[in-house]
Amino acid sequence: MSDGEPLLKVEDLEVSFATEEGVVQAVDGVTFDLEAGEVLAVVGESGSGKSVTAMTLMGLTRSPNARFEGTAHYKGTELIGAPEDELRRIRGAEIAMIFQDPMTSLNPVVRIGDQIVEQIQEHEGVPDQQARERTVELLERVGIPRARERVDNYPFEFSGGMRQRVMIALALSCNPSILIADEPTTALDVTIQAQILQRIQELREETGAAVILVTHDLGVVADIADRIAVMYAGRIVEQGTLDQIFYDPQHPYTWGLLGSITRVDKPRPERLPAIAGLPPSLANRPEGCHFRPRCPHEFAECPKVPPLVGRVDGQPDHLDRCWLAVDEKRVKREVAPGEIGLAAKEEARA
Amino acid sequence: MATEPVSEQTALQRPAAWEEEADREQVHGLGPWRLGLRRLRRNKVALAFAALFVLLLAACLAAPLWADQVAKTGPNTNHLSDTIRVDGERKNVVALDGVPIGPQYLKADGKFFLGADPNGRDIMVRLLYGGRNSLMIGITAALITTFLSILLGTIAGYFRGAADVVIRNLLDIMWSFPVIILGVALGVALALGGIDIGPISIAPDSLAIPIGIIGLVYVPYMARPVRGQVMSLREKEFVEAARAQGAGPLRIMFTEVVPNLASTILVFFTLLIANAVLLEAALSFLGAGVQPPNPSWGSMIDEGVDRIATAPHLAIVPGVMLVLTVLSLNVFGDGVRDALDPRAKVRLEH
Amino acid sequence: MLRFVVRRLLQMVLVMFAVSVLTFFIFNVIPNGDPAVRMAGRQPTETQIEQIRKEWNFDEPIYVQYVTTMEKVFTGDLRSYFTQLPVGEEILKGLPRTLSLAIGAALLWMFVAVCLGLYSAVKAGKFADRFLTIIALVGISMPVFWVGALMSYYLGFKLGWFPNGGYVELTEDPIDWAYHLILPWTALAILFIGFYSRVLRSNVLDTINEDYVRTARAKGLGERQIMVRHVLRNSLIPVVTLWGLDFGAVVGGGAILTETVFDLQGVGQYAAEAIGQLDVPPVLATTMIIAFFVVLMNAVVDILYAYLDPRIRLQ
Repeated sequence: MSDGEPLLKVEDLEVSFATEEGVVQAVDGVTFDLEAGEVLAVVGESGSGKSVTAMTLMGLTRSPNARFEGTAHYKGTELIGAPEDELRRIRGAEIAMIFQDPMTSLNPVVRIGDQIVEQIQEHEGVPDQQARERTVELLERVGIPRARERVDNYPFEFSGGMRQRVMIALALSCNPSILIADEPTTALDVTIQAQILQRIQELREETGAAVILVTHDLGVVADIADRIAVMYAGRIVEQGTLDQIFYDPQHPYTWGLLGSITRVDKPRPERLPAIAGLPPSLANRPEGCHFRPRCPHEFAECPKVPPLVGRVDGQPDHLDRCWLAVDEKRVKREVAPGEIGLAAKEEARA
Repeated sequence: MATEPVSEQTALQRPAAWEEEADREQVHGLGPWRLGLRRLRRNKVALAFAALFVLLLAACLAAPLWADQVAKTGPNTNHLSDTIRVDGERKNVVALDGVPIGPQYLKADGKFFLGADPNGRDIMVRLLYGGRNSLMIGITAALITTFLSILLGTIAGYFRGAADVVIRNLLDIMWSFPVIILGVALGVALALGGIDIGPISIAPDSLAIPIGIIGLVYVPYMARPVRGQVMSLREKEFVEAARAQGAGPLRIMFTEVVPNLASTILVFFTLLIANAVLLEAALSFLGAGVQPPNPSWGSMIDEGVDRIATAPHLAIVPGVMLVLTVLSLNVFGDGVRDALDPRAKVRLEH
Repeated sequence: MLRFVVRRLLQMVLVMFAVSVLTFFIFNVIPNGDPAVRMAGRQPTETQIEQIRKEWNFDEPIYVQYVTTMEKVFTGDLRSYFTQLPVGEEILKGLPRTLSLAIGAALLWMFVAVCLGLYSAVKAGKFADRFLTIIALVGISMPVFWVGALMSYYLGFKLGWFPNGGYVELTEDPIDWAYHLILPWTALAILFIGFYSRVLRSNVLDTINEDYVRTARAKGLGERQIMVRHVLRNSLIPVVTLWGLDFGAVVGGGAILTETVFDLQGVGQYAAEAIGQLDVPPVLATTMIIAFFVVLMNAVVDILYAYLDPRIRLQ
């Protein structure tokens, strides 16, 4: 692989499902790159298409009603539509995944050690004893106390945070190049969240794996992400480095997300801010920019689909999908202290 | 540009705005019943079998019509020494060697359409009357089971405590008796003297006996799931809300709990009829159900099996009717269950 | 685990006691009329009725009657008033035949149902699945005695491919023993295959959608391995419970109907003949024994389930 080529190159990925209500476009032209060793956070609310994107990269979207378009190149292999045995070779060994709910993501009647050994044996036919040793080491690395004893325990014998560590150990067992973490902390207590994220961060530094972190929580992202992609209704609406997104956000939806984080360094708001309105039905999306119905800054250009391009001078990698001019954006997003960064959409539509 | 004044109220404070929003999105959620009905309508196979059942039911209910107008005989009338005219010839209904006449179809103006049994009785007439008995027993028994199950299950599930313990243990003990065994035991016990407990007095050859027995033996099978559902419904918010409004337990049970049981009950009811009809056939086959000379498909098969070598149609005909009836109920019940199942896997063209 | 087993066995004994009381009630308390007359069967004589009344203590209070009844059943002092043969002996004679039928049918139905259910689940929604579903539904719609009679007639009597009924001792000739049981096993299994293949299909479909199966796939495991090591294993555990319960039901109900049709002279046929004659003692005894057997199987199955599911085993 020549340098300069990203580890993973996703282009115009589209995933749609046929349902009783019609065709649901879950992922609508998603394009991004992932460099080796970097942490890319994919942020969005439920239904934004972030999980479907992650699953599709590993070929785990298996509904018979699903249709795929676009490409995802990984180290010379095309992932979308690849034959099963190719994908199987890659799953676990090259690209590994951590799921949201560790309670249900581990087989309840199989010992956790066996579940990890199973993956190791699948990809590297090493002797049993060796696989077991590696498993114990992995458990120690992720911070499971008394790993040598606990390797023979069942999942129900661990707490939620511990189970997630087991999943991390499982994911890293074959030294993948990419780790996809789908809402890894959502099912956990807030106090445990920080620990898990830190662990992921440390392990990333040790192993050099790239991480795709899928989450709805910008607070989680602030600590460990290098780059952020904000998704809304199946599209990436803004993409940039951590600093760019947090300090110079260009899309009204991002403003709303940032504004809805309660901040310790700002005065407490009167009421918990929220973005007014609801995300669109994915079977019936608005024409042009998907965010139009909720955006108070809508104007004449908006019925045209805004392309994901860089509009900010000096920030060529900072892309967004908003027709507004950059200086207008910088003004509109400033609000009084304690207010949300995105005004409620009033009778502007009337 | 100055910041736009932001209203104090977000959309959350103005419910009217939410509704406008929802209307604009044109998302019309269908209730589970309408959705289920629509799915059921699409299930052609289930509907076809439902029609078959209705047809069979109608035919059996029209038994007196057939008996009076076409066959001109009753279900229990012997014609051992009679003759009929077939294509101008005179034939014995029961030949001198004891072999009854075979199916005549329309050759004798509809008399002995399906032939005669060893006692010279018209099989078609007996078949239809027997079907009337079997179906009436099956449906009434299913109604009794449903009623008792709802009663016991709701009391046990809602009030818990002592009532639950008593009911649950009673059901468990009944459960220890295989359905046929319990049916047979009761059948034999009641066959000679009938019942005379307090106000209830039933003669031994009344159809109420098999109805009561079959209705009773299936109660544990339905009461248990009802109880389970009631227990979980009890914890739901809308019940709490009703309680907070001051509704008494009886009222809550009738207005909140029971309607939510409806889909479970509906599915069970269809399958209950199917099983009740089969059980009645088994009991009558053994002699512990419908007592002779009253016809029932089960007892007709019993009589037919004895002479299967010489007159196989005696056993085959009632059996086929039985299978068709039960099958149509099973297929339809299956279709209803699928239609009401929110997780049904629907395969759609894309 | 040991505590669980002990507790479960105690529970079993209590249920058996309750079962015996209920059986007693069914035969001697609920029905109308003179229990002695009932016991005497279809054509009772005065002397018979008197004798029965004394033997069973029908003039005594209910609990004495209960104790007498239980004594008679368990000490083998029970005699059929119709055939004059001792009930206990007849039951013991028929037991190996009934068990041969039940165990063979149970193994057959389990094996076929697992295969069909798994296949149906894997091909869910496609033609093969829908076809098998219809077949399964037909299977559960056919009364076992009718199917058995037809099989015996067409395959046994007319075509001569199989014996027309009857039973050969296992000790005499194992091959002939099996040969005579093939049709009865099949007839009895058809009903349960229909039911179990659908239960298994439903369990497998549920399991396939579980998160841990998705994890297994994300590990890069092959489909077959996922099916066997994760899906099947987890789907079978609840089926074990059902199987145990139904085995009791087979011995109870299915056997009665099947043995009669194939003339196997097992406990079931013995009971069936007694039923036809309204001969109470054998029916009472077999009812209770079969119910006891079901209770026993329930306990065994619960214990087995607890062993298989580590969540319960390690409490």
